[in-house]
Amino acid sequence: MNDAPTARLELRGITKTYPSVVANDRVSLKVMPGEIHAVLGENGAGKSTLMKVIYGVTHPGAGEILWEGERVRIRNPAHARALGIGMVFQHFSLFETLTVVENVALALELSGDLGLLARQIEQVSEKYGLPVDPRRRVHALSVGERQRVEIIRCLLQKPKLLIMDEPTSVLTPGAVQKLFETLRQLAAEGCSILYISHKLDEIQQLCHVATVLRDGRVTGECVPANETPESMARLMIGKALPVPELRPHSPGAPRLQVAGLSRDSDDPFGVELQDIHLDVRAGEIVGIAGVSGNGQKELLLALSGEEPLAERYPIRIDGVEAGRMGPRARRRLGLGFVPEERLGRGAVPSLSLAFNGLLTAHGQGLLRHGLIRFAAMRAFARRCIERFDVRCGGAEAAARSLSGGNLQKFIMGREILQSPGVLIVAQPTWGVDVGAAAFIRQQLIDLAASGTAILVISEELEELFEICDRLMVIAGGRLSPSRRVSETSIEEIGLWMSGLWPGADGQATVERADAAS
Amino acid sequence: MLRLEPRADASRLMRYLSPLIAVALMLIGGLALFAALGKDPLEGFRVYFLNPLRDLYGLSELLLKATPLMLIAMGLSVGFRANVWNIGAEGQFIMGGVAASAIALYFIESDSGWVLTGMVLAGALGGMAWAAIPAFLRTLFNTNEILTSLMLVYIAQLAVSWLVHGPMIDPDGFGFPQSKMFEDSALLPELLGGTRLNAAFPMALTALGLGYVFLQRSFMGFQMRVAGESEPAARYAGFAARRMIWVGFLAGGALAGIAGMAEVAGPMGQLTTHLSNNYGFAAIIVAFIARLNPVGIFFASLLMALLYLGGEQAQQYLGLPSSISNVFQGLLLLCLLGADVLINYRLRWKPAEAG
Repeated sequence: MNDAPTARLELRGITKTYPSVVANDRVSLKVMPGEIHAVLGENGAGKSTLMKVIYGVTHPGAGEILWEGERVRIRNPAHARALGIGMVFQHFSLFETLTVVENVALALELSGDLGLLARQIEQVSEKYGLPVDPRRRVHALSVGERQRVEIIRCLLQKPKLLIMDEPTSVLTPGAVQKLFETLRQLAAEGCSILYISHKLDEIQQLCHVATVLRDGRVTGECVPANETPESMARLMIGKALPVPELRPHSPGAPRLQVAGLSRDSDDPFGVELQDIHLDVRAGEIVGIAGVSGNGQKELLLALSGEEPLAERYPIRIDGVEAGRMGPRARRRLGLGFVPEERLGRGAVPSLSLAFNGLLTAHGQGLLRHGLIRFAAMRAFARRCIERFDVRCGGAEAAARSLSGGNLQKFIMGREILQSPGVLIVAQPTWGVDVGAAAFIRQQLIDLAASGTAILVISEELEELFEICDRLMVIAGGRLSPSRRVSETSIEEIGLWMSGLWPGADGQATVERADAAS
Repeated sequence: MLRLEPRADASRLMRYLSPLIAVALMLIGGLALFAALGKDPLEGFRVYFLNPLRDLYGLSELLLKATPLMLIAMGLSVGFRANVWNIGAEGQFIMGGVAASAIALYFIESDSGWVLTGMVLAGALGGMAWAAIPAFLRTLFNTNEILTSLMLVYIAQLAVSWLVHGPMIDPDGFGFPQSKMFEDSALLPELLGGTRLNAAFPMALTALGLGYVFLQRSFMGFQMRVAGESEPAARYAGFAARRMIWVGFLAGGALAGIAGMAEVAGPMGQLTTHLSNNYGFAAIIVAFIARLNPVGIFFASLLMALLYLGGEQAQQYLGLPSSISNVFQGLLLLCLLGADVLINYRLRWKPAEAG
């Protein structure tokens, strides 16, 4: 033993090969006690695989893992947890029909007093600014709330190494800062943190050291505080970050009009929409910000027609009252819709891209007498793949074989190629790597310039500020007035996200009060 | 300790090979069964699987038995694609047979060619009417169609029993529970002299052809496939779930009803209580072995028909009980389900973990 402190975790030459790709190629890194260590890379760079190796979900083909100086073979997640490794996954591993506290009890293999556990959950959630009601059932929680449950579940185990996979995508700016405080506090207590992200600003703010991955290999290690976003982006994607190019335009006639849309939720924990009013004009991109679980899901279901309204008047598409129409009738009026869940809603995982094109683009001459025109269908998919730079095995590739970003490009392309009059997009770049995200944003800007009215619902404020003309905020099922992006600030919108906008009645729920802090 | 581990990639090839593996396993299991019953396995195999195919008459019987299976399985596959679980084809088969018999008996004096056409239509409508009940209950009250369609089978069986004991009994039949024999105008024309193979067989082939076009080429078939694979995606695309339930049930009911008609207007020649040979249930196995694919249904129906015929042979020549064909059917389904599990999972031997 020498005098140098022992690393909490050290990886040496980790290699993991899947049948078709090398996900990790001789990856080495070292995490010291109390260090916040970023693992930076685009989607598909091998970050998630590396974390699964550390957490014992998969086993490396070659290389070794040292835990506090000792060689270990991490057999499975339970073994990893026993060593003191906690992980918050990007894709949640919760049982939908169970309550929060039951889920936590299951994961921690606890039995007995759930009431006591519920109080512990409340304490942790209060201490770390992660409000969640332990007695609610998971199926009724929004994506953001589910993530909080995952984080709390890990923190309850008092881990020595906490792995966080893209944790901030569903938090308000205020909550992100609060989470960072938590993480810094944890680090100061000696806990090491592996922080996976592609958000350069967050990494600069939070992390002591960053390891950058590209195509499964380590392409650099740096101290983020000494770098610029540009220099880190170059390490990550091999070139400079593209900047969206805004086009001057003046908004035209309103194409999507929502007037007095109110609706109770069937779900006892759902959000009631209250008197929503909004207009989106031709050529305009309007953004709706908000912490997830504040009515976005309900609003989107009402706008897409997946859950039509009882009345016609509250929703008008190009002047036609569409409230009672289903999704297909609204599509015929020129509505395009990109949902938040790509696999399983926006696309059928097991079907080819060609068939997934047919899913919504069947009106583009892909049918004749009720029969599918296969050649036209494949041509449509190929056009979409080519124009939107979808990296895949061709039109016959199954949707599930694509990475999240490429599938999103395909779905976005499928909707855009239909030249929609109104396009509604939920979380356009959630979990999408920076290169693809920039591309998608540029496509939205170009589409608006061609006269489409675009409504974007996103939890990423930077993104909304980058592409939108006007912004609104949804909180507690109510929609704020709109502000021109040039006349507002992230701080103001962040404050509004807690439900406190001029003229709001100011009744703040626990969740909204916390989001403001 | 043996454990099932999910596979990263399910093999496409194995998806199609697994029914063949299941058939092979069923054969091995069957031979072991013969041995366990004290019969020579090879002799058992010869009697069960080769005897029925030794001459033209045997082959025609095979096609005759396969015909209702093809019809029913094709209809069921339409619904199964969209996860519409019509388990009651047996009842729809019976009701199709009843409705067709009603036409045959009502027009018993007629020798018009239209009688048969009317019987086919009546058969289809009878099956559809019976299938409409679970579809209606499902779309209106969200009742579980598996239960309702299955329970309606027993109602249909009792109904036909009542009919042939009462209103439709042959007055000159010495009280046997059966209807009058149909006139020639109400019987399906035979295809080959000296065999019972009749015009229902080409009808079944036509149904398979139409089914192929519907499932693989039509937009409605595509919608049903999407609904079966991913219900939220179907809702996102705006494919109406109710319509799929109706299409699934009506297609299943119509073809099962036509199969019932073909049975009374074919080998039976009259309505009796035992007009079905459990075809409605066997066809479910056929549909699954065929992966809901019309080409597969053709071959799986032949195999299932062979199991029926082999069972009769085994009764005659090996002195085995008639339930032997049910045992083989069950064995086949079990092997298929087992083989299917292994498409998506692999068996791993893991030493029990210490601690």
